Amino acid sequence: MTFERVPVTGTASPDFRERLARIWETRPGLLGWISSVDHKEIGIRYIVTAFIFLALGGIEALIMRLQLARPNQTLLTPEQYDQLFSTHGMTMIFLYAMPILSGFSNYLWPLLLGARDMAFPRVNALSYWLYVAAGVFMYTGFAIGAGPNDGWFNYVPYANKEYNPGLNMDFYALGMIFLGISTTVGAVNFVVTFLRLRAPGMSINRVPVMIWGTLTASAANILVVPSVSLAFFLLWLDRNFGTHFFDVSKGGQPLLWQHLFWMFAHPWVYAIVLPAMGMVSDALPVFCRRPLVGYTAVVLSTLATMTLGFGVWVHHMFATGLPTLALSFFSGVSIIIAIPSAVAVFAWTLTIWLGRPVITTAFLFFSSMIVLFVIGGVSGFMTGSVPVDWQLTDTYFVVAHIHYVLIGINLFPVLGGLYFWFPKFTGRLLNEKLGMASFWTAFIGFNVAFLPMHLTGLLGMPRRVYTYQAHMGWDTLNMITSIGAFVFASGVLLTFVNVLASLRRGAIAGPNPWDAPTLEWSVPSPPPPYNFAVLPTVASRHPLWEQRLGEAHGASSIEQGFILDHQRETIGTTVLDSEPDVILKMPFDSPAPFVLTLGVSAIFAGLLIPSHLWPLAVVGCIVAIAAILIWLWPEPVLGQTVEPVR
Amino acid sequence: MTPLSYLSGFGIKAYPVTALTWGLLIISISVVVIISTLVLWGVLARRLPLEQTIGDVAVERRGSGLGWLGLGVGISAVLLLISVVWTMAVLAKVSAPPADSKPLTIEVTGQQWWWKARYLNADPSKILTTADEFHIPVGRPVRVKLVGADVIHSFWVPALTGKTETIPGQTNVTWLEADKPGRYRGQCTEYCGQQHAHMALFVIAEPRAAFEKWLQDQLKAAPAPASPALVQDQHVFVQHCGECHTVRGSMAGGSVAPDLTHLMSRTTLAAGTLPNTPGSLAGWIADPQAQKPGTNMPDLYLSGPELTAITTYLETLK
Amino acid sequence: MSEITAPEGALPVGSVDHRASGWYGMLCFIVTEGALFGYLLFAYFYNAVQLSPSWSPEPHPSFAFALPATIVMLLSSSALWVAQQGLYRRVELQHRAGLAVGIVLGLVFIAIELLEWKSKPFGLTDGLYSSLYFTITGIDLVHLAVAIIGVAAVFAWSLLGYVDARRDAPTIIMAAYWHFVTVVWLAIFLTFYVSPYLR
Repeated sequence: MTFERVPVTGTASPDFRERLARIWETRPGLLGWISSVDHKEIGIRYIVTAFIFLALGGIEALIMRLQLARPNQTLLTPEQYDQLFSTHGMTMIFLYAMPILSGFSNYLWPLLLGARDMAFPRVNALSYWLYVAAGVFMYTGFAIGAGPNDGWFNYVPYANKEYNPGLNMDFYALGMIFLGISTTVGAVNFVVTFLRLRAPGMSINRVPVMIWGTLTASAANILVVPSVSLAFFLLWLDRNFGTHFFDVSKGGQPLLWQHLFWMFAHPWVYAIVLPAMGMVSDALPVFCRRPLVGYTAVVLSTLATMTLGFGVWVHHMFATGLPTLALSFFSGVSIIIAIPSAVAVFAWTLTIWLGRPVITTAFLFFSSMIVLFVIGGVSGFMTGSVPVDWQLTDTYFVVAHIHYVLIGINLFPVLGGLYFWFPKFTGRLLNEKLGMASFWTAFIGFNVAFLPMHLTGLLGMPRRVYTYQAHMGWDTLNMITSIGAFVFASGVLLTFVNVLASLRRGAIAGPNPWDAPTLEWSVPSPPPPYNFAVLPTVASRHPLWEQRLGEAHGASSIEQGFILDHQRETIGTTVLDSEPDVILKMPFDSPAPFVLTLGVSAIFAGLLIPSHLWPLAVVGCIVAIAAILIWLWPEPVLGQTVEPVR
Repeated sequence: MTPLSYLSGFGIKAYPVTALTWGLLIISISVVVIISTLVLWGVLARRLPLEQTIGDVAVERRGSGLGWLGLGVGISAVLLLISVVWTMAVLAKVSAPPADSKPLTIEVTGQQWWWKARYLNADPSKILTTADEFHIPVGRPVRVKLVGADVIHSFWVPALTGKTETIPGQTNVTWLEADKPGRYRGQCTEYCGQQHAHMALFVIAEPRAAFEKWLQDQLKAAPAPASPALVQDQHVFVQHCGECHTVRGSMAGGSVAPDLTHLMSRTTLAAGTLPNTPGSLAGWIADPQAQKPGTNMPDLYLSGPELTAITTYLETLK
Repeated sequence: MSEITAPEGALPVGSVDHRASGWYGMLCFIVTEGALFGYLLFAYFYNAVQLSPSWSPEPHPSFAFALPATIVMLLSSSALWVAQQGLYRRVELQHRAGLAVGIVLGLVFIAIELLEWKSKPFGLTDGLYSSLYFTITGIDLVHLAVAIIGVAAVFAWSLLGYVDARRDAPTIIMAAYWHFVTVVWLAIFLTFYVSPYLR
């Protein structure tokens, strides 16, 4: 009775909803804002912050394109250019591409899964605060003229103290370890939420594809983030304590850096696209008025892509003089990995062909990404072939490739996702006319900027050059790219304008403006703090389309379900078949994540100049340990002590 | 053909790779065209009439589509497998020079931001050290030993060979062969610091006899200065430049900067940054940081007469 | 497949044995930290393969400290196991004594390792091998220190009456982490001390 309870089933009255809201809503004021553990608030914060970094990274890119529009320009000094291209890469790949997907996932996962929150709400808050703090930490270096200047990949020996004596590398190295903590704890949260918090009846073959995408990315991050954190830690030790990991004169191996870095970074680039591909797999079918073609194949291809993705990292190192046998293995896998990608491309295309497409802005972003995906995919396929890569690598061909895959398979789905889910987040629709203008401007501008870049690369223009000589065949191509870049940026800007305008004046959206099938569309827009008044049970992949499709065994139950209202609660379920097996007590708002972040920030700030600032690191350690102990202190209300639970 | 293009190549190492590059490019472009057409056509052919909205269309599973999915993925897999096999065949062919050939061996050191070349020979007196522009004989494979000095650089002459890096702590080996005379440009393609953008090299292929003559001429030391004025000019040169540069036949013996013994036989300065003309030469020596900011060649604060003396002497080094 | 799931009976409430979310969280944490040590040992083996045998100033490191240290770690894991058994059998003294003995043995291990550090003829900055040795063992010691703090907290919570056979999550979670630290030490031991004999 006190340690166990038979959960009551029922429907929700308005009084009941009001009582639940008061249990789940965030406390008001500054303290409430700092202490909030509401996954929806955290998700919005992630999305807003990531878009700010996108804008910063975009401005950095536009400045570089001004410098490169013509040969031999002197708008930027070499050092300025080097910091810009490095910071641009760091910003887009680490401070935008993953966090934006974490933001959408954070907001949507509990709603997609039929739960009241993520498995670890306070860890969720922590992952956000750590992200912001790490981003500020890294940008502090840039702001004081000590930004990273060795590319986002940071090769040694150029990153060693001998060639790079300033603080640039220390800001980057420590910042990346800092950010890695955020990524890791966030990934653990997603994995445990998937394992334990799915709605009753949501067996693993009924889970939306976006869940699979984020899950796969999270599992990968858990395995590979330590590799890059270690690489940066060893570099920081070399630079500050005189160790010899990358000291060539004492036997240090520059290729060790590359292996450790790419063993992380290659899986990372799949991690920053698979959740977005999941968004397309879930949302495109809505606008085609039918379920996704080949759900099982697409899910398996997601897992296969990530798994193969662990076995291709050497394709970033084809020119380093490794033995031919090793190169051929990695080359083979790098080409074969295109097969699961083909599954997704054909599944989406067939969903269009076997459906009735409805042209909305969201649909345009989702369907155009198929084309951009294929362009990025084939240029990747070409670089997978070793002898061809020996020509293509480190030229603008690769720059074209990476922008097609990152913008095509991350940004375009994200923008589509924004148009799709904005009504759910805010209760208002984004303006369609402005949306169409934004899409066409962005799509045309992007292709004008980056399609010719393939030719620029084939004509031999190297990467990471602050200027180039005239009469190399690159002049006109660079001018076209620069113009396209500005057009593309204005297209993205139009969506930002749309967001600001629609927040106040957008058309009111009901719970399900797109008549979509998944659980998030069964709650009001925006959702109440408790998500679901009664916890739903599902019997198919498309609960809200079930009756029309006539495919379910049994029926999903949304209006009637578990009433869990003894403080903050949700239902825990078994891993494979999702049967209820525990009533989970969820935490109230807590400032511990924020305080822990302050402690961790002090640690990293102190380690920037260890000889002078070490006391700051010690203080940070003490604060961090105290915050963790207070956080973990068993609480009766969470069912963590021997006292009976109410 | 622009200087660094690899859409066409020359030499027995380049031809199979260029063919493979074009092959994969054609496959790639075809795939893009086909899929784009399918997507666009699908959208246009299947879309709702403009008057209708989401609510007007029933949600329906109109076929599983799995057969078509299998067909599309199957065709893709076949194309990919063909590409893998072709790749392996080309890789096997180009990974080493032909077994029965006797390559010329050049040791190339990449360092910030120029290329040192040593033509190896069993006889130490026949080892030529030069910089940035090297000649090779037509029709004979050249084995390039790549030595790292400071940070990682990448040796690349697109018309003749793909990239291989110079990595401190290890020696990499690549090879190339020109089957036609010509001047082939290369460039460093691994980010190596501020002047990564200005680290070019030139490989000049000439018929065997011309190459031998070039080699013999280059091995000769610089002639003794022909006049007292020139002796004085050489003295100024050695005083300001000899700590870093070598001119065989003079007292200048520094080894951290390019060998200048036959500077006037090169067409460019500072690893392809400037043309080798009197004006550029003077401008470079007077203010290297203005031409190539961050370069290791310092500002020497030369007076006018000192600068003239040095350039006059250098112009005798043919 | 399932229809509407009517609750057949009672469900446990809150943090209960292996159903606690924290248990799954700890498993994920063990995977990520285990990966970290995987990469550290990869760095060791990569260098060992690339460089000549003379890369190490001590081609066959002495077992004088390492063997006792290994035995101490294995004993400490046993102590934690004993503590867990005491918890299940509701013998509170066994539970708390097991935790306490584990903490003490952990401290003994740290002392042995610090003595071994002092005994080495090389320091952190003397070369590549020595940098790897002190860094890898140092990171292991940090993980053990975290384990000791965690088990000490569980000990304190046990004294406060928060932990029993049903609410056993703190003990089983920290015991899992402790066993992980023991396995990590075994891997380090095999790498530095045993593998030189296998080459």
